[in-house]
Amino acid sequence: MIQELYIDPNRCIGCRACEQACSECPGHGGIPMIHLDFLDRAESVQTAPTVCMHCEDPACASVCPADAIKVDAEGVVLSAMAERCIGCGNCVLACPFGVPKLDPHRDLMMKCDLCYDRTAVGLRPMCATVCPSGAIFYGTRGEVEDIRRAQPLDRFAFGAQTVRTRNHLMVPSPTDLLEVTTTLVAPRSRAEQLLEECLC
Amino acid sequence: MATLPCSAESLIEAYGPHLNHEPPGGFAARTAPDRTVNTHCCFCGQQCGVTLAVKDERVVGVEPWEEFPFNQGKLCPKGIKRYLQNNHPDRLTRPLVRTGRGFAPIPWDEALDIVAERIRRIQLHHGRDSVAVLSGASLTNEKAYLMGKFARLAVGTRHIDYNGRLCMVAAGAANLKAFGIDRAANPWADIVATDLVMVLGSNVSECSPITTDYIWRARDRGARLIVVDPRLTPIARTADLYLPVRPGRDAALMNAILHAVVRLGGVDEDFIAQHTTGFEAVREAIADCAPEAVERLVGIPAARIVEAAELWVQAPRTMLLHARGIEHHTHGVENVLSCINLVLATGKIGKPGCGYATITGQGNGQGAREHGQRCNQLPGGRDIENPAHRAHVAAAWGVTESDIPGKGATAPEIVEMIHRREVRGLLSICFNPLVSLPDARFTQEALERLDFFVAIDFFLSETARHADLVLPGSLHEEDDGTVTSVEGRVIRIRKAVEPPGEARRDWEIVCELARRLGQGERFDFHAPADIFDELRRLSRGGVADYGGITYERLDRDMGVFWPCPTEDHPGTPRLFEGGRFGHPDGRARFHAIEYRPPAEDVDDEYPIILTTGRVVSQFLSGTQTRRIGPLVAQQPEPKVEMHPRLAARLGIADGERVRVVSRRGAIELAAHVAATIRPDTVFIPYHWPGAQSANRLTIRAYDPIAKIPEFKVAAVRVERVA
Repeated sequence: MIQELYIDPNRCIGCRACEQACSECPGHGGIPMIHLDFLDRAESVQTAPTVCMHCEDPACASVCPADAIKVDAEGVVLSAMAERCIGCGNCVLACPFGVPKLDPHRDLMMKCDLCYDRTAVGLRPMCATVCPSGAIFYGTRGEVEDIRRAQPLDRFAFGAQTVRTRNHLMVPSPTDLLEVTTTLVAPRSRAEQLLEECLC
Repeated sequence: MATLPCSAESLIEAYGPHLNHEPPGGFAARTAPDRTVNTHCCFCGQQCGVTLAVKDERVVGVEPWEEFPFNQGKLCPKGIKRYLQNNHPDRLTRPLVRTGRGFAPIPWDEALDIVAERIRRIQLHHGRDSVAVLSGASLTNEKAYLMGKFARLAVGTRHIDYNGRLCMVAAGAANLKAFGIDRAANPWADIVATDLVMVLGSNVSECSPITTDYIWRARDRGARLIVVDPRLTPIARTADLYLPVRPGRDAALMNAILHAVVRLGGVDEDFIAQHTTGFEAVREAIADCAPEAVERLVGIPAARIVEAAELWVQAPRTMLLHARGIEHHTHGVENVLSCINLVLATGKIGKPGCGYATITGQGNGQGAREHGQRCNQLPGGRDIENPAHRAHVAAAWGVTESDIPGKGATAPEIVEMIHRREVRGLLSICFNPLVSLPDARFTQEALERLDFFVAIDFFLSETARHADLVLPGSLHEEDDGTVTSVEGRVIRIRKAVEPPGEARRDWEIVCELARRLGQGERFDFHAPADIFDELRRLSRGGVADYGGITYERLDRDMGVFWPCPTEDHPGTPRLFEGGRFGHPDGRARFHAIEYRPPAEDVDDEYPIILTTGRVVSQFLSGTQTRRIGPLVAQQPEPKVEMHPRLAARLGIADGERVRVVSRRGAIELAAHVAATIRPDTVFIPYHWPGAQSANRLTIRAYDPIAKIPEFKVAAVRVERVA
């Protein structure tokens, strides 16, 4: 069974352990390839980690004029090959998840390669190993289905473009396809509603 | 006089805090370390296992230690970046003496001679108890034990206390009263196996992040979650039931929940009859605490209080967890007892997946409160006022009982005695009271009144800047030892590297001082293992019995839960099984709790409640974490969190600089406007010193029993900065 990342923003506590651990990698020392966002801090403490979803048909690779982004036999979309990448930024614009970052000093696209050096020797990716809340889980689909109530989702529609990803987003109920729109907002949690009714 | 020897600016220039961003040799160094060392994080009481990578005798990085059962590789950002405290430009590497213009290096022998001579001279003129020792709960068990013995036998003072006074003491006192034992009643594995988790006053996601995963694993099995907190913390956001209690009203809320439980018929009369005493007084005390009667006081609609009671009664197994949010109060012990009353009244303790714990805060928050560095305690959790306990320890130490001083003052009281000039000399280790005690200006005045102050430290903390002598001690990774984690699991701390330069291991410094104070034969230790052996033998028969715990067992079994009286005893992960408690009659004690208001309530002049706490990227007074670049980058400075409704009323926009004023002082900081806190409350994290110090605002008011300060409620007003 193939091992993948399962990302559950509901469990995320915004601690940035994923970013800090990722930044320890000698390949991109000091710069994390995973990113944590507060969705709307004025309203909520909800946070979400964003990491390369390793698309089945990656837009970043298809728009790369230098053919610098390769997909390995297991479907892992690798970071741009340094000797080929021309730093054009096409991949940054094309990725529907907003994952690749351009390092202007090195003219190089950088993104998560699923800790190639760690997974190759049987270790889990650094972010999934350290994540203290289990918001980032690495394992097989069977494992995650055994231990979690949330459901894995791997198809996303961005307008007319539908992508299937190697990594999964965990969502509360079984969902075949998530339509991502600019107006998509997280529903208020019950706790957030209960705070509104507190007596002052 | 212990005023600063020169300007704070020039001290900061010389000794920091500066920021360390990268390991020596860059990030590549960690891929090919010379060796790796399995040890634990130096910060909070979770004591996560970590593997340190060592190259060229320097710590160059961290790897998750996936085999350690508690955290299985999981780490928070502090644990990942903790290694950057090593090889730090601010590290103290030579003894320093105060000069007219700052600090200057001084040879060790000269420094130690001065300490001994000044201590004895002050005691000659002002009595034995005019010198005090302040210690810390980040020290290993060995060092915590040593400090208590050192203060009482070598210095000969009754006044030794520790910074756990700002952390665990309310829970500890309440646990002793109710159960006769001060330790988490259950191992953390029981959280996973429960049906309902109730978390009170604990921002677990930021202050004990690994516990988040335990709670979620329970929820994956179908467990429900209740969170009680004035702030909507990350763990509260997804809770099944969230009770945004008004700060300082926890006991009233718990009484109301218990009232509703009684009304629902949820009381376990058999358990109460067989295993407890005192419930009738509680039943009487809560008779007029109906949810409907207290909803205005606690700030939560009665229907939600009843819902909490219903969830509690319906769940076959429950785990109640609390932390500083309900403990940092002038009625902290009462708040904890009101929680324990609910647990006992429903018989929900001492079973798999069913029990109770305080989430201890500091690195050795559990162990460091057991081995005699508290003002009222002797090793093994023994009572310094109990003649039998005194005799036992005196015999082990080879002294007569009268040689052991009596009960001393607590840490905040020691600072007040310094302010009154009743205490003239101070030795401190592992404590930064200028940042961590309430009413920081008062603490500063006190430090300035000392005749002599020696600090053992690895960085020049804000407090150590006031010292006459600074002795460079050891970082966590520079010494061996043991600590006791949040679960009551005794675990091994392993040395990764030697202290740099002339810095020495803390226990060597303390033993050297003891020798110069004429007590060398009682401090003839050659390794931490020697100290541990003495500690464990002495603890035998005490409440915190380490008698059967050896370094070898800890290495082999990844820790042992105390009590563990003999080497063939398996240890005790779960306490109170079969309803047997720690009191001589085996019964737990109920305590009738009447709600009392906080020491300083809001009024027209100071209409807003200030509550303080932590952020995930910093630890306590920040002596270490404010020196670690990637952690500082997560949140460079404190902000005052307030609800948009309060901000709108005050005309304050998000990010705007505001002044927060209490009766003790004022600080200016940026507003963080977010709908994740009660509108009558503001929150400021306390890790920062000086003009950014939340503790310039907090009040010197203490719990009458535990003497824990009321960090969680002060009255303030918030103003726009013109």
